[in-house]
Amino acid sequence: MLPTRALFATAAAAATPAEAVLTVAGVCLAFGENHVLQDFSLTLNRGENVVVMGKSGAGKSVLIKCVIGLQRPDAGTITVLGQDLGALDHAGLDRLRTKLGFLFQSNALYDSMTVRENLLFPLRRQWLAHTPAQEAELVRQALTDVGLADTAALLPAALSGGMRKRIALARTLILRPDIILYDEPTTGLDPITAREIDHLIRAVQAKYNTSAVIISHDLACVRLTADRVALLAEGRCYAQGTYAEVSANADPKVHDFFI
Amino acid sequence: MILSSFLAEAGTITRFAGRFFREGVRPRYEVQEFLYQCYVIGYQSLPLVGITGFIMGLVLTLRLRPTMVQFGAESWIPVMVGLTVIQELSPIITGLMVAGKVGSNIGAELSSMRVSEQIDAMDVSGTNPFKYLVVTRVLAATLMVPVLTLLSDAIGLFAAFVGVNMQGSTTLLLFINHIVGRLTFGQVLPAVVKTFFFGFAIGLISCYKGYYASNDTAGVGRAANSAVVAGSLAVFLLDLVAVLVSTAFGLI
Repeated sequence: MLPTRALFATAAAAATPAEAVLTVAGVCLAFGENHVLQDFSLTLNRGENVVVMGKSGAGKSVLIKCVIGLQRPDAGTITVLGQDLGALDHAGLDRLRTKLGFLFQSNALYDSMTVRENLLFPLRRQWLAHTPAQEAELVRQALTDVGLADTAALLPAALSGGMRKRIALARTLILRPDIILYDEPTTGLDPITAREIDHLIRAVQAKYNTSAVIISHDLACVRLTADRVALLAEGRCYAQGTYAEVSANADPKVHDFFI
Repeated sequence: MILSSFLAEAGTITRFAGRFFREGVRPRYEVQEFLYQCYVIGYQSLPLVGITGFIMGLVLTLRLRPTMVQFGAESWIPVMVGLTVIQELSPIITGLMVAGKVGSNIGAELSSMRVSEQIDAMDVSGTNPFKYLVVTRVLAATLMVPVLTLLSDAIGLFAAFVGVNMQGSTTLLLFINHIVGRLTFGQVLPAVVKTFFFGFAIGLISCYKGYYASNDTAGVGRAANSAVVAGSLAVFLLDLVAVLVSTAFGLI
């Protein structure tokens, strides 16, 4: 049995008070004539996983890049953990980012660094560990959480796609974020590895009570990881609800995603 | 059309340079990464620069010798070689070698980091990627090219000494005395100063090409290639400017 499953099994049931940790309100963003987001709104509650679905090019990745501050919306407000993103200066944004994790679609592991160095990089940049012993413990804990405790000395090139995804998640977890943004976490993985990543996402949520926005159009991933599904179409939140509710929606624009 | 795109590119690089100075003076200072880049750009380029410097000094001496002998000016070989190596050949060859080796390396590295979202990952982990990747590399190139040039000068002159002794005989002390006795501070200073600009241009251009590479795999190749081409061209253009300026000030 996978360590992640064990973690999942032992995790306490997450309390789900409806405390909004992320609010996206009326966000608009255009690239030239291409209006990607038009009055998009979404709320994420503490301890909740929201999966955002949508066609390729619909603006899903752009949306979470707006949430982390890599893109600035043309209009609308994004409130993360009570802070208006648009009102933050660069230092304030950096401080807020310590509470946000971002799992890139390409994993974005630093090729020239070992797994240990990859994990230590955000830790040292944020001055979050003060002694080598603390650093070592945090690295060990993060790697154990993703079931890859023995890979610390390896370079990313020596890892498989699934392992890289896990290491990227470990690098995200090491800062103990309140919110994790997953950009297509199962894309490019075989079905078995993809399901392992899905279980890992759930395990992380259960263990750390994290909230997550997950970008995906992998239906199995959506079904396994989503507490709520939001469908991004025509630049706005076209439909939302539980997986069962949204998949039962008769509107062809919604229904077509679940065929 | 070509002129307008060239001017647009020049404008963008100028803004990039402005950002380098703005970000460079503000803390936090990336000392550890800067020292690592000095090691990569300086120490790891030393074998290449050393070999080319040696060959340059030796070939120049062997080529000059017959003509100098013909005019009965054999004793002037050290001075001729010394002036040529220190003032022109060594700075230019070192600049070109660094533009080729380091420029392509930086261009490819930063562009592949862009494509694989590593630069964005740096940003979201609270690191200013411009400061960490660009400022450190440009600064290291600016400081290391002069150091490499001085080492290349020394190696080139030693090679010239070897060349002189292959077909004649002189002592190292006499050889050095010949060169040092004829060189003036005004001849050496512009040659050293211009190498700082060479290093700055090579670092800045290669970082610019890599940092703003298009977000696809073909962009990596284009960034590496254009970093070398533009960096090499910049070395020649700056050399021309340096010669014109030093001539205008009588430093020649």
